[in-house]
Amino acid sequence: MTAATPAGRPASDARRAGRLVYLAVVGLLCAWVLVPIYFLLVNTLSSPEAVNNFPKAFWPEFDLASLTFFAQFAGMLKALTNSVLVAALTMVMSILIGAPAGYALSRFDFPGKAAFRLLVMLTRAFPLPLLALPLAVMFIQTGLDDTIFGLALVHTTLALPFAVLITFSLFSGIPIELEESAWTLGCTRLSAFIKVVLPLILPGITASAIFAFVISWNEVFAAAVLTIENRTLTAFLLQNLDTSPLHLKFAGGFILVVPALVFIFAVRKYLFAMWGIANR
Amino acid sequence: MTPRYLPYLLILPVTLFLGLFFLYPFVLVAMQAFDGGGRFSLENFQEVVDYWKFPISLRNTLLLAAAVVPVQLALALLMATMVTRMQKGRDLVLYIWTIPLGISDLAAGIIWLAIFEQSGFLNSMMSGLGLIDRPMNLLSYQNLGLAFLAIALAEIWRATAIMLVILVAGIGLIPKEYYEAAEVFGASPWQRFIRITLPLLRPSLQTALILRVILAFEVFAVVAALGGTLFPVLMSQTYAYQFELLNGGAAAAVALIILAISIAATLVILRVLRVPKGATI
Repeated sequence: MTAATPAGRPASDARRAGRLVYLAVVGLLCAWVLVPIYFLLVNTLSSPEAVNNFPKAFWPEFDLASLTFFAQFAGMLKALTNSVLVAALTMVMSILIGAPAGYALSRFDFPGKAAFRLLVMLTRAFPLPLLALPLAVMFIQTGLDDTIFGLALVHTTLALPFAVLITFSLFSGIPIELEESAWTLGCTRLSAFIKVVLPLILPGITASAIFAFVISWNEVFAAAVLTIENRTLTAFLLQNLDTSPLHLKFAGGFILVVPALVFIFAVRKYLFAMWGIANR
Repeated sequence: MTPRYLPYLLILPVTLFLGLFFLYPFVLVAMQAFDGGGRFSLENFQEVVDYWKFPISLRNTLLLAAAVVPVQLALALLMATMVTRMQKGRDLVLYIWTIPLGISDLAAGIIWLAIFEQSGFLNSMMSGLGLIDRPMNLLSYQNLGLAFLAIALAEIWRATAIMLVILVAGIGLIPKEYYEAAEVFGASPWQRFIRITLPLLRPSLQTALILRVILAFEVFAVVAALGGTLFPVLMSQTYAYQFELLNGGAAAAVALIILAISIAATLVILRVLRVPKGATI
């Protein structure tokens, strides 16, 4: 960088201008992401009257009436609880089912491995929520219809390919030599895994579990198709889009966004590592 | 010391699960779509395609994808190259730029509704600047173009992050030596981007595009929140068939059409951006 141009005034001026443009674009792109969220925050923290009023103030009045209205709206708290439960179940199931497969992919070469990888990849490349339609019929036959567990099963299908590929990349990042030395010191395969691999992998597993949580928390279509009485928050909001007042929509939207902010912050370190290898 | 069946034991749960909840329902949805009173027929497809809303929703879906995906690709590439040059504040900027990754399409629709609705922030801003006297109804049949713009903006806002993450991860895998060598030979930043970054990023570009295009054909909640019935798309047709018209066969047929379009798009992307054998980093 430094030796390429002779150190003269015009060059350094140009570089400073370039630097300014660069910073301005970065700032602009940050604003592009943040300002819409800020607007939602303003609406959420304003009274219902202010939300429906015109013109709108550009700062919140810190009135909790909209949020209280949201909390007292019939069925809303139950929908919120359902969302949390489904997402938690999805998180647990996708890790418990997915992580062993990720381990197998990273540690063993076995006939059929390529076919298995293809199956997992295929799942990710398909518009999965569409499969909720036949599942609705299947669930009625088995009594799983309109249950939290039934929906969690579908969301687990959505989250599984990610869980498998992410844990695959995490396990691949841990040298097998660590495990092998544990075996020579008298550990069995299982105890070596628990004592050596698990502690190293736990933060990454947590990150991919959170990712599964977010996938379920955000899912709209399957949730709307598969639940009637036990609606999740997304399904509830979607169903009432035509009829619900603005302040209810905005408060609901805000409640949907908050966990996203927290979770992305929690997994930010792993986001790129997870995608980097999972995409090979 | 490892029994030969161990890997199979480990992948068994996933295989069973995907078989039961992915392959089996897929067969079911196909059977339902091709079922006309107990035998194979194309009646459902005929019915769906002949419905007056079908050409509109197909056109809307494709138009939206065509408008949104290229912008997202360009934006994600810009963001990814900017981030790799960044020394200070990289983590913070990356966090901010990836926030939409965790935000659902429904929430994104609601967020942009706050801007575009009649008493929303865009109207407030315009009236504050004295451009309009009273709030305009921006999302209506009179302003279909504007409704399209609102939906496209919401989609771009929401789903650029997923491409960004894949591309940043991909750029991280390109060895620094290539850039150093290019600099020694006097390549400009633009040349380095065109000659090194883009070709070596091909596998990541492929993944990002496939994922994004498939999701673009599935667009639903953003449209529902912003346009309602103004702007029918394929997915909202599926939803309407299932719930309002209670016609499972037709819903399955639309679902299969979406699937066919997704597969076709995937094949095209795989072909256009194919990675020569043995050319991975």
